[in-house]
Amino acid sequence: MSTPAETVDAPQGLQKSLMSRLLQFAQRRWRGLVLLIPFAWLLIFFLAPFFIVLKISLAETVIASPPFTPMIEWVSDGIMHIRVVIDNFAYLWEDDLYAKTYLNSLKISSISTILCLLVGYPMAYAIVRADHTMKHVLLMLVILPFWTSFLLRVYAWMGLLADQGTINNLLIALGVIDDPIRMLYTPFAVYVGIVYTYLPFMILPLYANMEKLDWTLLEAAADLGARPITTFFTVTLPMTMPGIIAGSLLVFIPATGEYVIPDLLGGGNVLMIGRVLYNEFNANIDWPVASAVAIALLLVLVLPMMLYQHIQSKESESS
Amino acid sequence: MNNGRRSYFLITTTCFGIAFLYIPMILLVIYSFNKSRIVPVWGGFSTKWYGVLFESEEVWEAVGLSLKVATVNATFAMLLGTLAGLALVRFGRFRGRTLFTGMITAPLVMPEVITGLSLLLLFITLKEFIGWPDARGFTTITIAHITFSMAYVAVIIQSRLAGMAQDLEEAAQDLGAKPFRVLVDITLPLLAPGMLAGWLLAFTLSLDDLIIASFVTGPGAVTLPILIYSRIRLGLRPDINALATIIILVVAIGVLIAAWIMFRQQRQRQLELSMSEEN
Repeated sequence: MSTPAETVDAPQGLQKSLMSRLLQFAQRRWRGLVLLIPFAWLLIFFLAPFFIVLKISLAETVIASPPFTPMIEWVSDGIMHIRVVIDNFAYLWEDDLYAKTYLNSLKISSISTILCLLVGYPMAYAIVRADHTMKHVLLMLVILPFWTSFLLRVYAWMGLLADQGTINNLLIALGVIDDPIRMLYTPFAVYVGIVYTYLPFMILPLYANMEKLDWTLLEAAADLGARPITTFFTVTLPMTMPGIIAGSLLVFIPATGEYVIPDLLGGGNVLMIGRVLYNEFNANIDWPVASAVAIALLLVLVLPMMLYQHIQSKESESS
Repeated sequence: MNNGRRSYFLITTTCFGIAFLYIPMILLVIYSFNKSRIVPVWGGFSTKWYGVLFESEEVWEAVGLSLKVATVNATFAMLLGTLAGLALVRFGRFRGRTLFTGMITAPLVMPEVITGLSLLLLFITLKEFIGWPDARGFTTITIAHITFSMAYVAVIIQSRLAGMAQDLEEAAQDLGAKPFRVLVDITLPLLAPGMLAGWLLAFTLSLDDLIIASFVTGPGAVTLPILIYSRIRLGLRPDINALATIIILVVAIGVLIAAWIMFRQQRQRQLELSMSEEN
């Protein structure tokens, strides 16, 4: 490494030597810096907030600013008073509404995940098996909606599903029905919305997995006399399992905490935990209960999240 | 495929799937030219809702704020995400690696309500103890967006680095370049397309976010999704259809340009390859 001139005239020289010192420092310590900057950022803005949420979930609601009791209080003469209440969690446990909402969220996200898989799997398969140009066109068509606004894609379905909406108008004009079918503000609308907006998240991991597979195995199975259905269940399905799991988790986890879709398409009729959390916080201004709802939601999702991380790290090691 | 019936099934599902993805958006565009105030009832062709949209000062302000947040966010997320991706792929084992990987993958799937709530509570706590941030708005939204978008950039960089041949870096090393020089002169230029893709993704994610922004924003700071949401909560609005049409148009043009550039690069490379083979 070239040693920079130490004896240069100030102030321009000072600046120069400062720069070179900085450069030298960077050259020696760059590995540490490369790691430290994003690590510190995530520790402060991603990990630390969860501990604050946990702390507030163990406080009591008061009408004040901030609207919760402090965990640590200095009473007098240096006596520290630590107050932890689990009332909020007990409240979640005892109130039927919350248990029902959690279960309903899990039900809606599971069914939506299966629906996404049923639509997405054949599509991913068709994209992989298409010829070169078609493959790129189809992939672009699948990715394109992802770049447009999520909110506006949900809004599009409000127009389709409303009582006075496109689908009802069309069916009435065709004489299929006389009175509009109620679709907006029902669980059906929520399913449609989730499948519609999360479909690319299912197709892309499936595609990434399928593209790496050795498809001659299918021909081998056929040559050995396996029927297509047998080949599918004994060869194709097991081979594509990593893609199925990754795609399903990418749909299931965020869908469980979804707020916008149940709010805009489900109205007041579909209970989902993301909406309850949002309302506890913003409408009821009950921060401790909102925090407890968030912690409970995290507990429900921590296993699928760890599974997803496990798959991701295995994936990056193998490649 | 070996079986005609099967490929017929595949073509049908694919067409159905693509139609499912696109028909709602096409209808959104068509109804933006509807004269009638009631969105799904056709009342004749008109462009008046575009006029209504452009006259609204609120809309322009929201667009301005959203673009500002998205640009600053994308730049920081690209830098932090690239560093994180480098650390993950090239540093082997280090202390806290599991925690670091966890913090990179978790934001990809974390429900937005949780991220939003926890960041808001962090900002409130920070204000209480160190007096910063004194007001919520541009800064807090941008920090929140950087936190989740850098994870996406890190994943892009990670997969690019993993798929990149290391022979150029090794050659530079063999010729006596120090690791830092190799990083600056070889690795980063090779990563540039991935960084650009990461920048674009971070930019889009930021423009798209409603939940996290509405948690961490303060009075007066209204991003475009927050504005759209406050309007469509009350029902269908033709001016929002007009806005949607403009957004879809901008995105479609952007993606087409990107695809065209990529296509040309690919052709160029194929041409060079075939020419070098001839020689």
